[in-house]
Amino acid sequence: MEYDVVIVGGGPSGLTTAIKLKQLNSDLNVCILEKASEIGAHILSGNVFETRALDELFPNWKELNAPIKTKVTKEKFLFLSKTKSLSWPTWLLPSVQQNHKNYIISLANLCRWLAEQAESLGVEIFPGFPASEILYNEDGSVKGVATQDMGVDKDGNKKDSYEPGIELLGKVTVFAEGCRGHLGKQLIKKFELDKGKDPQQYGIGFKEIWEIDDKNHHEGLVIHSAGWPLDNSTYGGSFIYHAENKQIFLGYVIGLDYKNPYLSPFDEFQRFKTHPAIKKMIEGGKRISYGARALIEGGFQSLPKMFMPGALLIGCDAGTLNMPKIKGSHTAMKSGIIAAEAINEHIKNDKDLSNFEEKFKQSWLYDELYKARNVKPSFGWGLILGIIFTGIDQILFRGKLPFTLKHKHADHQTLKSAKEMPKIDYPKPDNILTFDKTSSVYLTGTNHADNQPVHLKLKDPNLPISYTLEEYDEPAQRYCPAGVYEVQRENNINKFVINSQNCIHCKTCDIKEPSQNITWVTPEGGGGPRYGNM
Amino acid sequence: MKILVAVKRVIDYNVQIRVKEDNSGVVTDNVKMSTNPPDDNAIEEAVKIKESGKAKEVVAVSVGEEKAQETVRKALAVGADRGILVKVDRVIEPLAVSKILKKIVEKEKPDLVFMGKQAIDDDCNQTGQMLAALLNWPQATFASKIEVKEKSLEVTREVDEGLETIEVNIPAIVTCDLRLNEPRYASLPNIMKAKKKPIEQISTGDLGVDVKSRIEQIKVEEPPKRKAGIKVASVEELVQKLKNEAKVI
Repeated sequence: MEYDVVIVGGGPSGLTTAIKLKQLNSDLNVCILEKASEIGAHILSGNVFETRALDELFPNWKELNAPIKTKVTKEKFLFLSKTKSLSWPTWLLPSVQQNHKNYIISLANLCRWLAEQAESLGVEIFPGFPASEILYNEDGSVKGVATQDMGVDKDGNKKDSYEPGIELLGKVTVFAEGCRGHLGKQLIKKFELDKGKDPQQYGIGFKEIWEIDDKNHHEGLVIHSAGWPLDNSTYGGSFIYHAENKQIFLGYVIGLDYKNPYLSPFDEFQRFKTHPAIKKMIEGGKRISYGARALIEGGFQSLPKMFMPGALLIGCDAGTLNMPKIKGSHTAMKSGIIAAEAINEHIKNDKDLSNFEEKFKQSWLYDELYKARNVKPSFGWGLILGIIFTGIDQILFRGKLPFTLKHKHADHQTLKSAKEMPKIDYPKPDNILTFDKTSSVYLTGTNHADNQPVHLKLKDPNLPISYTLEEYDEPAQRYCPAGVYEVQRENNINKFVINSQNCIHCKTCDIKEPSQNITWVTPEGGGGPRYGNM
Repeated sequence: MKILVAVKRVIDYNVQIRVKEDNSGVVTDNVKMSTNPPDDNAIEEAVKIKESGKAKEVVAVSVGEEKAQETVRKALAVGADRGILVKVDRVIEPLAVSKILKKIVEKEKPDLVFMGKQAIDDDCNQTGQMLAALLNWPQATFASKIEVKEKSLEVTREVDEGLETIEVNIPAIVTCDLRLNEPRYASLPNIMKAKKKPIEQISTGDLGVDVKSRIEQIKVEEPPKRKAGIKVASVEELVQKLKNEAKVI
C-alpha cells in the first residue's frame, strides 16, 4: 500500500507528526503503524508534562478536552539516607527542574487522545501491526516498511491463521519507535547517523500506580528523590506524582551505566518503597499497575543525525529526552512538529530532507537540549560532585559553559567482572509494599500469542552459559524487569531460558547485554503489555 | 442462506480486572476492550460457511455503547459483509439483549444466528438460549463443530460427559465454543476495506424494546485473597491436615 507518509510508532512523536502533517496539508495520506494492541498500551512515562509543544499543536487543547487536568501545586526534592530524608529547598533547584507550570498526566491517555484527534483529521492508525523490516530503494534510500507476518509457529511454519506481512511504502517514512527502536537501531548503523557522536546513554524506568489513603494524598504534589538505596556511583532517583482519583504515580529510574552485575534495578525500586518517608505515604494503599521501559539519557552529545534519504528518525528513537528536566514528551512532540514541517516542504517543493536539520537547529528544542548537555555526564563523577557541578552549570551559567563533557562508554561496556564486585542481598518481597517480578508482570496484562517464534534473538546461543554466566553471573536475570531470562540448573548442567511471553518490551536486554548478544525484534502484532493509564 | 452473528465488546481477556472503590462495578475507564473471544469463533465459523458457498451473507450485530462500533468493525475486517449497532447507554441484561436480537432477526430474516456461548465479562450464558425461546427456534449450544446440511445443521456440542452430536432444523440459534475453530487475523488491507462497509445504527427506542433491569445489583466485590500455603514435613502430616483441618477426606 502506498502513502505519502508512513509513520512507525503511535507515541507522542509519531502522533504529533501525523497531526501536524494533516494540519499543514489535509490532502496528504498519512498512516501510523503501532505494535501494541491499541494506542497507549505500550506507553509508560512519569509523567509531569510541559505543554509547550502541545500549545503549538493545539492551542485550544483545553477546549478539546485533552486529558491534562492536574496542575502541579507543590514540589519537593528529597535526599534519602537509609532511614532519613532531607528536603532540598526548591528555590535552590535549577529552573529546568521547577514544575509549577506543568501538569501531572498519564502519557498513555494523552496518546489515546492524540490518536482520536489524528483520526478525526483523517490519519489512518493501525494498532496491532508492528513494522518488522525496513524496505530500501535501489539507490539505498528508505522506501517504506513491511509489517510482521502473523500466524507463524515457533519453528517458523505457517499456521492455519497465517497472514503474510504487507509492504507500506511512503514518500517519507518516519521512525518514531521510542527509545531503542529496533528499526531505528538498524538505520543508525546503516546510515552511520551516530558518526562523531558520543555513545548513547540509557536508563531503565519503573512505574507503579498506587491508590492511596485520602489523608496521604495531595493532588498536584510532585516529589523527586536521590540517594538511598543507590550508592554514590550509581545514577538514578525516584519520582512520586500525586495524580487525580487518589492515585500516585511512583517510579524509579536507574542509569544503565551501572557497574555491578549483581545490581537488580527491579529490586532497588522495590526496596526504595520501604524507606520510612515513602512507606508512610503508600501504607494502607493498593498497587494497581506496574511497568518498566528503557529511556534515553544521552542527550545532545549522543543525538544522532535525524534525517537520511527517504526517512526521519524522531523522538526518543533518536533520543530527544531532556535528562535534567526529566522530561521527554514535549521534546518528542516538538521533534514531530519539526518533522512534519520538513516533510511538507519536501513533498511540496521536492526539497532534500536535510531541511529538517536546519529547522531543528533554529528551534527551542535544540536550545533546550544544548543547555542540558553537561548534566548527565557530570554524574559520572558520582552523585555529590554531579550535584555540585549541575548547580554551577545550570543555576549560575544556565547551561552556557563553554565546553561539552563527553559520554565515554556505551552502557553495555560498563559492567565489571562479577568476581570484583560485591553481591547484593535484596530483602524478600512482603507482598504489601514490595513484590516479586511474577506478580508484577501479571499486572501489566502482558501476553504474546502462544507458540510464536522467540522475539529475543541470541547471536550466539551458547554465550550466556559459556561466558556471561562465568564473567558476570548472567546479569540478564537481574536487569530484565519482567523475569524473561533465567538460568536453570538441571542435573548439574546450566541452561539459559528465555520466557519471551513475559516480555514487556522495555528493550533493556538489547542495551545492557555486555556482549550485545541479545537482539530485540518485534513479536506478533498486539503482543506485549496492555497498560492502562501509564 | 444468511447468517446473523452477535458480537459483544468486553474487557480484554489479558487485562487484570479491578473492582471500583465504591463496589458499584468494575473499572472500565482506560481499559483495553476487545471482542468477546467466543464471539470471534462465531464470526469465523459464519465467514467459513460463506466461503464454502453455503451462505450468501454474514451480518454482524452488536448491542452496546457507541464504541461497540469498533467490535462490529473488527467483525467486518474478518469477513462479515455489513454491520448493525444497536445503541444502549448502559449495561443491559441478557433478556433485554435477546429481545433486541429478536427484533433484529424479524427485520433481517436470517436463517442462522451465531454467537459466543457466553461473554467473559458477566459469564451469563443466557442470551442465545433466551433468543431461541423468544423466537421458538431450535438451539445448539456449546458448538465445537458445525456441519451445514440441506435444511438442517449437524452440531457437535461440548458437554460434561464428552461430545454430543445433534441435528437441528434451520432456522436455528448456535452458540459457539472456543474449540470450534481458530479465528483468523484481520489483515491490514481487510481492515481498510472494512472501514468502507456499512454499519447501520439503531437505537433501542426505535425497536420499541423494554430494556429495564430485572435484577438489582447490590455490590461487586473482589474474591477473597488466597492465603499463603504451608509446607508439611510428611505424608502423614498432610493426611492429618486434610482430615482434621481442611476436612476434605
